[in-house]
Amino acid sequence: MSAALKASALAKRYGATEALAGVDVEVGEGELVGLLGPNGAGKSTLVKIACGLVRPSAGTVAIYGAPAGSAPARRVLGYLAELFRFPSWMSADELLTLHQRLAGSRGGTAERAELLELVGLVEARKRRVGTMSKGMQQRLGIAQALVGTPRVLLLDEPTSALDPAGRRVVRRLLEEVKARGISVLLNSHLLSEVELVCDRVVIVNHGRVVAAGAPSELRRQGGVEVDVADGVRRFPDARRDDVPRIVRELVEAGEQVYGVRVVTSSLEDVYLEAVDE
Amino acid sequence: MIAIVLYGFRESLRRRMFLVVLVLTALFLALYAYGTQQAFEDTRGFVGLNPEALDTDELAGTIVFGLAMFGTLFLGAVLAVFLTLNVVRGDAEAGLLQPLVVRPIGRAQLLFARFAGAALVCTIYVFGVYLATLGITEWAGDWTPDRMITPGLELAGAVVIVAALSLLGSVFLSATANGVAGLMVFGAGLLAGLLGEIGKAIDSERLQDIAHKAWWLFPFDALYEDGLHRLTIDTVGFTRFVLELGPFGGSHQAGTTLLVWSAAYLGLVLLLSLFAFSRRDL
Repeated sequence: MSAALKASALAKRYGATEALAGVDVEVGEGELVGLLGPNGAGKSTLVKIACGLVRPSAGTVAIYGAPAGSAPARRVLGYLAELFRFPSWMSADELLTLHQRLAGSRGGTAERAELLELVGLVEARKRRVGTMSKGMQQRLGIAQALVGTPRVLLLDEPTSALDPAGRRVVRRLLEEVKARGISVLLNSHLLSEVELVCDRVVIVNHGRVVAAGAPSELRRQGGVEVDVADGVRRFPDARRDDVPRIVRELVEAGEQVYGVRVVTSSLEDVYLEAVDE
Repeated sequence: MIAIVLYGFRESLRRRMFLVVLVLTALFLALYAYGTQQAFEDTRGFVGLNPEALDTDELAGTIVFGLAMFGTLFLGAVLAVFLTLNVVRGDAEAGLLQPLVVRPIGRAQLLFARFAGAALVCTIYVFGVYLATLGITEWAGDWTPDRMITPGLELAGAVVIVAALSLLGSVFLSATANGVAGLMVFGAGLLAGLLGEIGKAIDSERLQDIAHKAWWLFPFDALYEDGLHRLTIDTVGFTRFVLELGPFGGSHQAGTTLLVWSAAYLGLVLLLSLFAFSRRDL
């Protein structure tokens, strides 16, 4: 799998503050990677460097081989900032038209209609941004990021202003984006959301990658619990393969076995452990 | 590129500030029409004894039209500052800039297009108000300046330079700080010109030297004073002498070098803005 986005030994200092201290991250073609970490971990800085909004102090980011911020890199990029605003006087359709022109998209009316349909804003096509709710503006922001069919999508907290229904819309949208083969780097605080949609997860803390892998790889088995007549017996070091042996030994010892659970740590446990919380 | 120029143009017209400037302009023009008419009537009355020595229409016309040019410059400069004060840092802090910067258009084109949009609005505004005051002056006193178009263009050029300085400030300063700084720079340029006038009146070479050096630093004032100079470029004799003492006299011939420098200055300020913007984290 070729790298859609590759950050190598990426470092960034803001005066005395070290935002990134040598980060290596790779997003493969068509891959959806979640970026997790506490506030101030360096996630947004990483995304901003990848967009060319911030210059790195050291290291590089390449978008399909082109340096981040260069014209070839910007041509294949879609971006939704964590804190963004659109001119309040523009309608949704006018905003997308502006971005079509800036992105050199020839999608015209059909592309705009498709994007507004995708984010559930068809009815608000003529509505001014200033009259939209924050959630609507965030969905419009996602539509704006998808203008010109980017090959790489960088989403910085795309669901921060959304209610649960809105988050579900975004989740479906991410699945749709993934189905189209677009590579996505998703910066989010919502572990459940990341766990549901991402192929891989990168956890960043204090400007360093502290854990990375598929959610299923990161989740670890945490022993076996057996319901018996007098309560729950715990076998903390046992694994799934040990279950038949444990049940057999308990039955042979005269215990009544009512249930067995293989305990696995959640992504939240992994995250909290990785960031030392 | 054109998309961003149009965006900047529309953004400029949509700002509430533009509406305020339009209302103030209407008020200014109304007061100017009334005042000009009175000025012509009054001067015809009290210096009508010796019409050969002093052309009273020339005197009243130049003074009131000089005042109009000052008012136009002031309103234009306020407009220029408010249209550009937040182009970079202000818009970045508001989150308006980032979605545009990541597009293939690039920072240089984006900044230049935003400047072009603001400069276009300012030029149309200043030249429009200039022509309106010109028309009012002719209507009220049947007087027109010796040069009609060039002073208006110089006035517009002065305001475009103020817009460029404010654009440069917007790379480094937040919107409010840049607005204050922009108006202070504009005020400093005008004060330097005033110092030159005082220096001329009291024959102080040092004060005049300060004013001349300030022209190189703030060429918008040089353009304004050159514009004033062109109003009465063909006037001679006692009338000319009286005009040079006038409250809004301040007229000085800038000379070709300073006019060329004004254009170069504008280019340098824009280049500096582009350089600073290209290195700025957003």
